[in-house]
Amino acid sequence: MQVLLKGATLIDPVSGHDGAMDLHIADGVIQQLGPNLSVSRAQVFDLRGKVVAPGFIDMHVHLREPGFEHKETIRTGVEAAAAGGFTAVCCMPNTNPAIDDESVIRFIQSKAGIALNGLVDVYPVGAVTVGRKGEQLAPLAELAAAGAVAFSDDGEPVQSAEMVRRALEYSGMFGRPLIQHAQDLPLTKGGVMHEGFTATELGLPGMPGIAEEVMVARDVRIVEFTGGRYHVAHISTAGTLELVRAAKARHLHVSCEVSPHHFTLTDEAVRTYDTNTKMNPPLRTRDDVEALKEGLRDGSIEVIATDHAPHSFDEKQVEFSSAPFGIVGLETAFGLAVTELVRKNVLSLYQLIQKFSTNPRAILGLPAIRVSEGEKANLTMFDPAAEWVVDPSEFKTMSKNTPFGGYKLTGRALGVINNGQILWTE
Amino acid sequence: MPLQSRHLLGLDGMPRQDLQLILDTAVSFREVLERPIKKVPPLQGKTIANMFFENSTRTRLSFELAERRLSADVLGFQSTGSSVSKGETLKDTARNIEAMKVDMVVMRHFASGAPHYLSTVIEGHVINAGDGSHEHPTQALLDMYTIREKLGRLEDLHVCIVGDIAHSRVARSNIYGLRTMGARVSVCGPATMIPREIERMGVEVHHHLDDVLPHVDVLNVLRIQLERDAGRLFPSIREYHAMYGITRARLEKAGRAVTIMHPGPINRDVELSSDVADGEHSVILQQVLNGVAVRMAVLYLLSSK
Repeated sequence: MQVLLKGATLIDPVSGHDGAMDLHIADGVIQQLGPNLSVSRAQVFDLRGKVVAPGFIDMHVHLREPGFEHKETIRTGVEAAAAGGFTAVCCMPNTNPAIDDESVIRFIQSKAGIALNGLVDVYPVGAVTVGRKGEQLAPLAELAAAGAVAFSDDGEPVQSAEMVRRALEYSGMFGRPLIQHAQDLPLTKGGVMHEGFTATELGLPGMPGIAEEVMVARDVRIVEFTGGRYHVAHISTAGTLELVRAAKARHLHVSCEVSPHHFTLTDEAVRTYDTNTKMNPPLRTRDDVEALKEGLRDGSIEVIATDHAPHSFDEKQVEFSSAPFGIVGLETAFGLAVTELVRKNVLSLYQLIQKFSTNPRAILGLPAIRVSEGEKANLTMFDPAAEWVVDPSEFKTMSKNTPFGGYKLTGRALGVINNGQILWTE
Repeated sequence: MPLQSRHLLGLDGMPRQDLQLILDTAVSFREVLERPIKKVPPLQGKTIANMFFENSTRTRLSFELAERRLSADVLGFQSTGSSVSKGETLKDTARNIEAMKVDMVVMRHFASGAPHYLSTVIEGHVINAGDGSHEHPTQALLDMYTIREKLGRLEDLHVCIVGDIAHSRVARSNIYGLRTMGARVSVCGPATMIPREIERMGVEVHHHLDDVLPHVDVLNVLRIQLERDAGRLFPSIREYHAMYGITRARLEKAGRAVTIMHPGPINRDVELSSDVADGEHSVILQQVLNGVAVRMAVLYLLSSK
C-alpha cells in the first residue's frame, strides 16, 4: 500500500503541528511528511480543505459480543467505528459472559483481529467485580496482563464504598483507571428520565441528578484516600462537573468523559415518548448542557466518548418505561461534536482532536500517536465542512436506535488508516 | 365544529374550544341518561376495543356503558402485568385486535405515554383511559363537567387537588384542563408527593391543608395508595389523616361551603371521612353519572373525525 495524502491540514496535538502537510504512507508506516510531496506509484488522495489527525478512540462502547449478537457484533461494531472515524474503541464488559476473565478478552481480541483485517484496535475494559455483581474483585492482574486497559462494572455502578476502595487500591497497582458509571441506585429506583419539570409533566418516574453527584462525591473522597486513577463515565450534570473540577484542583487522578447526546439534547426531547431518547444517565436540563460545554471548553472534561449502546429495533418498539436504556453513537459522534462544539465556538478543531484522540489515550495509558516519519500510520481523515443528514438506515452498526435520524450535521469522517489498513467511507 | 385531534391522548395542549365542545356535547348525552330508553344510535356499526392493562372497575364500566348507550359493538380485554413479561408486545396485541376491524381503542395502561406510542402504530382512534402517572383525560373532563354543573362555571374558581400529586394522572389532566378553562388550581400534599417544579404548570403548591382551605371552592381529593406508600412517602396512615384527611370539623373550621370531589375508590377515614364523602357538598356520585355522559361525548366526537 502506497498512499499520498495531498493538500490536507495536519493537526497533531502531540507535536503541536497545525498546518498544511502532505503525507506519504507505505506499508502502514509514515515515510515522508512535507509540503508538496510527489511520489511515483503511490495512490494520491486530494484532501484540500480536509483534515488529517491522529486516529480517534472511543473509550466507551458496547460491542455486545459475546452474548447479545442480535444487537451488535464485534464485526459490525468495528465497521461502525471505522465509519465514524475511529481507529480504536474500548469495549465495556457488560457482555455475557462478562469480561471478568482472560478467556473473554482473548475471544474479543481474536474477533477484532479479523474484523476489517484488524483496522480498528479493540481494547477491552475488564470488569471490576466477578460477573459485575459488586461482590468479589475480578482477577484484575490477569485481565490487565491479557490486555484490559481499564476496569469498570459499567451499567452496574459499584455501590459499596468498600468495594470502590479495594478496587482503587488494587487497580492502582497496574496504573489502569477505574471507570465508574456513577449512579446511586436507590435514588433512581424505577426512574426512566431526568427528574425535573419535563418528567413532572410527562408523569414519568425520575432519576435525579444527585444520584450521579453523590456517588462521584463519595468516590472522589475515596480516591483521595487510596490513590489510583478514577474516570467518571458519561457525566451528565453541572454538579458532577463541579465535583470533578474540585478533585482536579486537589491534583487527584480524576478524569471524565461526556457523550455527544448529553451536550446536544435536553430532557425536553423525551416529550414525544420516543424510546430513543431513553438513556442512562438520562438527558438533563439546558443548564446542565451549557455547563458541560463550558467543562469541555475549559478542559475539565478531557474526553468525548459515545456510550454506543446498540439495541435491536423490537427492543425499543415498546412503551417508554419498558424500553432498554441507550442509543448508538459511533457514526454520529464526530458530526455532533463539530456541529455543537466547533461550529458554536466551544472548541477549536485542535481541541476537538485532543478530546477524541490524545486525551483518552493518555488517560488509558496507551502510547501517544506520533504523526512523524518512521511512525506507524494511525490516522483519521475528516471534512470539517461536510454537510450531511443522518440516515440511520445507512449505519454500519447493526442497531439503528438513535434520536438523531434526520438531523443535519456538519463535519464527517472521510476515512481511517491503521495497522496497515486503509478505509474510506463512501 | 369538530375536535382538532383524532385521538384523545390527554388534555395537555387541548384548545379551550375543544374542551368547551366536549363539555357542551356531554350536556345533551347527560339528558339522554335521564330518559326511560337510554340508548341512542350514533355509533351503530362501530366497534370499540377496551384494552385495560391495569386493574380498573369504574373507568372500564363507565366506558363500556357509554359505548353501549351509543349503540357501538364492544369488546373488552383486561390484563395485568407487563406486556414484555407476557411475551407479547403492546404493539402486537394492539395490531392483532385492530386486525379484527376495530374503529377505536380505549386503553388503560400502567406506563406513561403508552397511548401516545399506540397512536403511532395503529390506524384507529385512541382514547386514553389513564396512562401511568401521566394523564386521565376523561376523568378530568367529568370533573370539570361536574364542577360546572354544580357551580355554574369554571373561570376564576379555585380548585385544590389534595394528595399524591406525583403519582396522579388525575391531577395532571385536571391541571391542564382547569388552567385552560381559566380556573385557579392549587395542589396540596406532603412534600414527598409533590413532583419537582410543578409550579411551572401554573399551580400553587401547599403543604398545610388548613392554610389553603379557607380560600378554595372545590376540593378534588385523591386516593392514597396505602400499601405502596405508607412508611415511604408518608410516615403512617394516622399521620396522613391528621394532616390531609378531609373531615367535617376541618371544613367547618374553614367556614366555607367547599364542593367535594373524589375520583374513587375512596379510602374512608383516610383521605376522606364518611360524613364528608356522603355529605351535602359531596358530588362524588354525580361524578360517576357524569362520567358516562362525558365519555359518550368524547366517543361521539372522535368517531365523526
